[in-house]
Amino acid sequence: MDLTIEVAHDEHEQVRKVVLIGEIDAYTAPKLKETIVPLTEENGVEVVIDMHAISYMDSTGLGVFISALKSTKEHGSSLTFMNPQERVYRLFKITGLTEIMNIQTDYTVRGGM
Amino acid sequence: MSTLKLDVNSYRDLLKQYIEYQDEQALYRAEQFSKQAIQHNISPDEIVDVYIQSLLDLYPDLSPSVKHSLNFLLETMISFGMAYQEFQALREKQLELQSEISVAANMQQTLLSTTKPNIPNMDLGAISAPAKQMNGDYYHFVEDEQGSLGIAIADVIGKGVPAALCMSMIKYSMESFPHSRMEPGVILEGMNRVVERNVDPSMFVTMFYGLYDGRNHEFHYSSAGHEPGFYYCAAEDAFYDIEAEGLVLGVDRKVTYHQYVQQVAPGDMVILLTDGVTECRVNDRFIEREEICEVLSQYKHLSAQEMTEQVYRYFERLQDFHLRDDFTMIILRRDV
Repeated sequence: MDLTIEVAHDEHEQVRKVVLIGEIDAYTAPKLKETIVPLTEENGVEVVIDMHAISYMDSTGLGVFISALKSTKEHGSSLTFMNPQERVYRLFKITGLTEIMNIQTDYTVRGGM
Repeated sequence: MSTLKLDVNSYRDLLKQYIEYQDEQALYRAEQFSKQAIQHNISPDEIVDVYIQSLLDLYPDLSPSVKHSLNFLLETMISFGMAYQEFQALREKQLELQSEISVAANMQQTLLSTTKPNIPNMDLGAISAPAKQMNGDYYHFVEDEQGSLGIAIADVIGKGVPAALCMSMIKYSMESFPHSRMEPGVILEGMNRVVERNVDPSMFVTMFYGLYDGRNHEFHYSSAGHEPGFYYCAAEDAFYDIEAEGLVLGVDRKVTYHQYVQQVAPGDMVILLTDGVTECRVNDRFIEREEICEVLSQYKHLSAQEMTEQVYRYFERLQDFHLRDDFTMIILRRDV
């Protein structure tokens, strides 16, 4: 299984929407890192990652998102995750990342994409 | 090269025998010749050269066009021969690397080895198996001065050499803690600072630390984003998740870890594991935590050590004896 990454730039809104489809593991994580981390390096930008079509993610995927989060703090940008599937959400929850990352699910909706 | 020259004569005789009689024996000996050639690192173009020499010896009046065509063949085989030499060199290099990794793996085993302490009225079992040669999982037992048993279990993101290197760092930081009183929350806070300072931003470690006090049978524990273990309550014959909240090590320097406590009754068990157990995938199916409890339950009449080994074998069989992730399980049981 592969990973597809679609990035939509919206210059006026300062929002970068990223739609991820497929699986995130040790093989696809480097590609994900190359795309996501540079997006967070622009001051004031909000990176929104649509996770609903990710059917599997392992800890290497979390590693990528952790380095993206560290990068937002360094560059004054922000990161939001939308609707991860239950199994993926569980990984964020167990690792304590739900406490420090902005993750919006259907049950905690504060506005859609 | 002298050994090959000696062989030109026998090759010529062989060729002659085959051209005249086309017998199986000559073919068999030709096969032996090529095997010997491989053993002596003789490249394909050299064999073609021997063939051309033999043919010219046997048929001195060979037509010039055939001679030219043979030289043409020789030319094309030269680059083939170079590729073959390169392949040989790579193979040697690979063997070298492989032996270096197995030396490192042995070294790691010695470094990370921990002795399972003998504690009265306590049955302990532990197993840790790497998916590749080197292990990114770690567990450690330590007895403090009050006779309490400290248990650490940790999992570094990723597998192989990078994870193993990080693991060695964890081991040495753990050793540097004073053995007077190993409070789980304090230990994780210390480890978090070590990991945060020393690893790449995309690397992190999950860790669980438990402290069993044999005097009042209390199990104190904290978790840094580690896969929840199980608590087996003998009176109810039921398994519960050991829930504990806490952020993984290496993300935020200022994080604190809440400490939980569980009263352990006779026959009760604490089961700790890494996500190599829960993230085990069979075909397209994931192993559910309920299934792990069922397997544990099936072997609960055994000693703690035998239990860990049987559970490991069960999951190894399920994955066709090819682990996808490092696998670690610790079982602690209060004897009745």
